[in-house]
Amino acid sequence: MAKGFVSITVERCKGCGFCVEFCPTHVLCLSSAFNSKGYHPPNIVSAEKCSGCDLCGMYCPDFAIFGARYAR
Amino acid sequence: MNETTLEIPYEIPADAHNPVEPFLRMDRMPHIWCPGCGIGTTVNCFTRALLDSKADLDKVAVVSGIGCTGRVAGYARLDSFHTTHGRAIPFATGLKLSNPELQVVVYSGDGDLFAIGGNHFIHAARRNMDLKVICVNNLTYAMTGGQTAPTTPSKVISATNPYGVFEPSFNLVALAEAAGASYVARWTTYHVKQLARSMEEIFKKKGFCFIEVLSPCPTLYQRRNKMGDGLDTMKFYKEVSKVRHGARTSECELTKSGEIVVGKFVDRERPDYFELLRAQMTESLGDRYAEPEVSCSEC
Ligand code: SF4
Ligand code: SF4
Ligand code: SF4
Repeated sequence: MAKGFVSITVERCKGCGFCVEFCPTHVLCLSSAFNSKGYHPPNIVSAEKCSGCDLCGMYCPDFAIFGARYAR
Repeated sequence: MNETTLEIPYEIPADAHNPVEPFLRMDRMPHIWCPGCGIGTTVNCFTRALLDSKADLDKVAVVSGIGCTGRVAGYARLDSFHTTHGRAIPFATGLKLSNPELQVVVYSGDGDLFAIGGNHFIHAARRNMDLKVICVNNLTYAMTGGQTAPTTPSKVISATNPYGVFEPSFNLVALAEAAGASYVARWTTYHVKQLARSMEEIFKKKGFCFIEVLSPCPTLYQRRNKMGDGLDTMKFYKEVSKVRHGARTSECELTKSGEIVVGKFVDRERPDYFELLRAQMTESLGDRYAEPEVSCSEC
């Protein structure tokens, strides 16, 4: 089971791709779907690989994503 | 790009929240910064530093000047002040002098701090005023349309130098050190962990602290120079940055596409403004010198 999870606020995303590029375990991918402003938000493709490190949250300039570890 | 769905394939625990949210005025979101702009990334690092340093948030004030980075004061859910152009440091100095208990953070851009506010910067550093200055450097005047700033490297195309910048630019870290800063570091928005750690360090450091953060401005800097978007700039930072703690700041000049030296360059002890004031007054006036009392309407 994944150690952590990632949460995305799709409508706040501006599709910059920082989270996708810098996630160390490649959990994310930019989706081909649009949000209502016309940006492509990230999509979770390998949920089981997420460590909850929150690097995506530190990179996201739009505060649209964060990761956290599951409570033990 | 692949999937067309935006579903999250599992339940998010109910108590989970983005660690940045408690520090922001969320009713102001989405913010005005462009897609791929790095200012938001620096704000993430700042809030992580506030969390990790366990600073008393009632004793932290954020002061910004004008410009894209100047908007930080408006978005931070702290005591914050959006001052006039270039005057963030004098405002912050007044705040600190009248209420020395406050941790005063100046959060502004390179245009604001080093062009119209340049004089204030060097004098606050000379006095070793106890301020934490965070300069988001996008190498241009972004909010007004991408004109040449004192930080724009030579050969860059800008709105006011369509055939290339030819004036020499400021090396901010060397300027800060020469003017007397106690702490000088430089990072880029790619170095989120290191930047957050530096920001945490300056909360514990007395005296004038300066952190320069290089940040992409895809809209007005990268676009004109065919340097791609925000993500391309982040990859560029990753590729060309060299961490060199303690490097001589005079050798850390920035160029259009050359190496970017990052790290902590200066961490030294100098008496700050308050100590100097107290020492001089006690020497001259002896017992007749009384520390000014801090008073505010609530205490
Ligand atoms: S929390 Fe870490 S591992 Fe999970 S998606 Fe974000 S960056 Fe990737
Ligand atoms: S970093 Fe944020 S704004 Fe950029 S693509 Fe990821 S979620 Fe969207
Ligand atoms: S103009 Fe440049 S610095 Fe200003 S918000 Fe847009 S990308 Fe950021």
